[in-house]
Amino acid sequence: MTSNSLVYLIALPLIGSAVLLLAGRRADRWGHVLATLASGSSFVVGLYQFSQMLARSGEERAVTQKLFSWISVGSFKVDAALMLDQLSICFVLLITGVGTLIHIYSIAYMSHDLDRRRFFAYLNLFIAAMLLLVLGDSYLNLYVGWEGVGLASYLLIGFWNQKPTYATAAKKAFIANRVGDLGLSLAIMISFATLGTVSFSGVKEQAEHASTGALTAIGIMLLVAATGKSAQFPLQAWLGDAMAGPTPVSALIHAATMVTAGVYLIVRSNFIFDAAPTAQLMVAIVGAITLLFGAIIGMAKDDIKKALAASTMSQIGYMILGAGLGPAGYAFAIMHLLTHGFFKAGMFLGAGSVMHGMDDEVNMRRFGGLRKFMPITFATFGIGYLAIIGVPPFAGFYSKDKIIEVAFNAGGVKGWIFGCTALLGAAITAFYMTRLVIMTFAGNKRWDAKAHPHESPALMWIPMVLLAVGSVASGFIFSQGNSLRNWLAPVVEHEHEVEVELLSPAVVSILALLLVALGVGIAVMKYLRTEVLREAPENVSIFTKIARRDLMQDAFNEAVFMRPGQKVTAALVDIDKFVIDGAVRGVARLTQGSGSALRTTQTGYVRSYAMWILLGAIGLVATIWIVTL
Amino acid sequence: MVSFDIPQLSYFLLGPILIVLCGAVLAVVVEAFLSSRTRPKVQLGITLVTLVAALVQLWRIRGATTMDAAMGSVAIDGPAILFQGSILIMALLGVFLIADQQHFTVVASTLPGSSEERESLQSGEQMTEVYPLTLFAVAGMMLFPIATDLITLFVALEVLSLPLYLMAGLSRHRRLLSQEAALKYFLLGAFSSTFFLFGSSFLYGYSGSVSLSGIQAAVSSSSGNSVFLFIGIAFVSVGLLFKVGAVPFHAWVPDVYQGAPTPVTAFMAAATKVAAFGAMLRIFYTAFDNAYWEWRPVITTIAIITMLFGSFVAIAQRDVKRMLAYSSIAHAGFLLSGVIALNKAGLEATIFYLFAYGIVTIGAFAVVTLVRDSQGEVTDINRWAGLGKRSPMVATAFSLFLLAFAGIPLTSGFIGKFSIFSAAYESGNTLLVIVGVLSSAIAAYFYIRVIVLMFFTNPSEDATSVVIPSFLTSATIISAFVITLFLGVFPSPFLNFISSTATFIR
Repeated sequence: MTSNSLVYLIALPLIGSAVLLLAGRRADRWGHVLATLASGSSFVVGLYQFSQMLARSGEERAVTQKLFSWISVGSFKVDAALMLDQLSICFVLLITGVGTLIHIYSIAYMSHDLDRRRFFAYLNLFIAAMLLLVLGDSYLNLYVGWEGVGLASYLLIGFWNQKPTYATAAKKAFIANRVGDLGLSLAIMISFATLGTVSFSGVKEQAEHASTGALTAIGIMLLVAATGKSAQFPLQAWLGDAMAGPTPVSALIHAATMVTAGVYLIVRSNFIFDAAPTAQLMVAIVGAITLLFGAIIGMAKDDIKKALAASTMSQIGYMILGAGLGPAGYAFAIMHLLTHGFFKAGMFLGAGSVMHGMDDEVNMRRFGGLRKFMPITFATFGIGYLAIIGVPPFAGFYSKDKIIEVAFNAGGVKGWIFGCTALLGAAITAFYMTRLVIMTFAGNKRWDAKAHPHESPALMWIPMVLLAVGSVASGFIFSQGNSLRNWLAPVVEHEHEVEVELLSPAVVSILALLLVALGVGIAVMKYLRTEVLREAPENVSIFTKIARRDLMQDAFNEAVFMRPGQKVTAALVDIDKFVIDGAVRGVARLTQGSGSALRTTQTGYVRSYAMWILLGAIGLVATIWIVTL
Repeated sequence: MVSFDIPQLSYFLLGPILIVLCGAVLAVVVEAFLSSRTRPKVQLGITLVTLVAALVQLWRIRGATTMDAAMGSVAIDGPAILFQGSILIMALLGVFLIADQQHFTVVASTLPGSSEERESLQSGEQMTEVYPLTLFAVAGMMLFPIATDLITLFVALEVLSLPLYLMAGLSRHRRLLSQEAALKYFLLGAFSSTFFLFGSSFLYGYSGSVSLSGIQAAVSSSSGNSVFLFIGIAFVSVGLLFKVGAVPFHAWVPDVYQGAPTPVTAFMAAATKVAAFGAMLRIFYTAFDNAYWEWRPVITTIAIITMLFGSFVAIAQRDVKRMLAYSSIAHAGFLLSGVIALNKAGLEATIFYLFAYGIVTIGAFAVVTLVRDSQGEVTDINRWAGLGKRSPMVATAFSLFLLAFAGIPLTSGFIGKFSIFSAAYESGNTLLVIVGVLSSAIAAYFYIRVIVLMFFTNPSEDATSVVIPSFLTSATIISAFVITLFLGVFPSPFLNFISSTATFIR
């Protein structure tokens, strides 16, 4: 099936972005409206495509659109083509839907910013790039979108780049992402070298006959890419700093959409990972490590956005773990991705709303007792909270529970390890999220003198309410009769192998709920029953100190990569300066000297010029004569 | 009993040249009879119409291939059409620049500094002899590369040279320098023409024929005294190498390029190279090709010396026009590599290079005409500092032309250098390629130095200003810019066109 309207999905926000950037200050008054409309109309096109897709039967749902022949060199041919199938439509609706809500929210949130137009231009650019990422029909097209979201993310993290730390945060995110991007480009190159193609359909076909070694190499490189973009271990360090960007950006890019691109990449490449068990196992291990890593950092953070960022890292760890568990897990990874898109975006917007009311304060030790002053924010945030810790019937319960269940069902030692990790993660999640909610909305007021908390305007709370509705309902809808799983089945192709049931679903649910209750209980004891201090206590255990320092991730990177890297760079600069430049300067001096010397032949006298001609003529005859001797 | 046959001329095939000559004669009449007020416009009109008409006629004969257009004295073939077309296009762009009469002396016959000169300046009765002179020169240039006998070659050489000698002396500013340049050019030109004529007589003595085909036949059959052949080849080469400005016959180039009015320099530097290399290619490819064992070493030596000398000395220059002159010498060396290659690739590459180089040259000199102060053009390189800040468009155009001279990718210069060096390599002349690439690297230094000066150096105290270019000058710069970029990015249509047409008939 082909469709001619796929391109509008991307073109609308792309044109919006171009208009806003090119029109400059002239667009200041109406730029944000145009950008929101562009994103909104893209959502409408997405809905139209979705309705069309629903009307067709399972195997025929995917549509493609060839835009133009992009590269044609020898046997290497790549079309710029789009493909919309059951997997990408989930993303399209998430990106454009949540994206549009966040556009609306930002109109109010950024209303005092002089550069609001530029902000919306970048947002639109991000939407276009992210849509290209999920709509590309080959790894190369995906790569373009992949780089595009990296750029948009960089621009938006550093949006307030007048603050040097923010600019540094943007650079950090960009560089960490480059490491991952290198993985993706290597994956593409290996794929072309060994399989001779880079399109999804082509690789899928070739993967059946390809050697396991090649597929493992491609899989590991794809995993590297995913760890960069999705802030997974060991490339996770940038996400916390990325919170320097305006809060709507954190909600859209660093919670709901871009950071989940890694999950998309792995699920999209299911045909590679299913044929390369080693790579698949590595995916699951990375996911498991990160889900604990993020959760532990989350426990120690006092900055509300950084705590949420740590939580995002941890939740994506769940998704990666799910995706690493093979056909049984793909659908649940995507389900968790979608529900997480709702509740985490909603909570970020809530955090933004709190900051809006508290004069841009982010330290939770300066909050407290806000629920009376911001009832809507509290209600929507509360729903998101219940969803993330997995209380039934909120969305997170369905998606996270399923991942834990699948983890146990992986069987054997592997099953026990992954299952217990996921369960432990759930308990920690319950703890740090309860801590966050209590410190912000309950307890005593610890505000700064100038803070006057108030509820945010309607343009801000309406998107929050809509996302809260999603946080309540989405999990139920997706799991009702395995709807999402069946929907995705043609793409992720789970041949229904007989699953070993290590623990029955009911047992897993009860265990999870018990652990969640435990986590909540400890947090309540620790933060509601005892006074929260305005200053973070210093006499804490070494573990808390390490957790506060993001488990030493920056210290590690600096010691292992940055300082030796700087030494190498400095050495190279010296070599460049003395050896290479020295040679160059020497040659230049020699050249210039000979130029000046030769110049003296130009005397300006016709007689000497004529003599040169005569000598030249004699020389010519002489040379010819000598040559022919 | 001496019988005399009526010469059979194909006026249709000779049309382009005849149109230019008719235009030139008409322009002489106009110069004599029209009032000085209307003259500049009428002359410009006549010249442009003539050149366009010649181009149209050239388009109409584009497929023709014959030796019989003028009793075997000229060849009409693919290269002929390409050379003539290049010359006409360059002449058009050059005339656009010449149209800015600010550069030309009002009455050339007045003594510099005399009271007549002052009077003529006050009266403002601008003489416009430069237009007919240009047209005569163009006619000679068009004949030079298609001539197939030594007599016609010599006539064409003189027809193209004499107007150029005069045009070099027409500068309004620094008239003494200009007149000195003209006289030097004339004296040295006459000297080298003598060598050409002398060489021609030796070749006639060797082969008993003045036609290129006759000489080739004699070389193939090795009849005749080979000493005559060697002297003939050497002396004819002197005449040709002088015109292209190869070392050691180059000495006039910097002085004349600097002294001549810049529009004339632009036209001359571009079109003369095409004409002279066109003739050289035809002579070496169709008459001397079997004697290549004799001439190849010496021409290779000259090419190497020329490339190195031009590049080295250009570095020491402080004057933009002189720097471009030495760059033109270096380019003559690069072009010689294509002649020496003596294969079809060499021919094609040289034709492409000539066109690309000519266009860039005109564009570069067009920019030079714009940078002035109250005394006229400013050619001191140091005073170009900071030009990029004050006139970014002009500086950008000049930078592109410099990059094209240097042979940086995405400009026509890269494609030209690449194809000419690969042709030379194909013919087995690795040494030439190595020296060529090395001297290109040396040359890049002084091109890029000017770019650095324009964009990254703060302007000096005594301000130069860029005048607002006239419509025609902008047209020249923009066309040169577009062509340079286009040939650098999409060279294949043009290369294919050259490849399909460029074969000498014998």
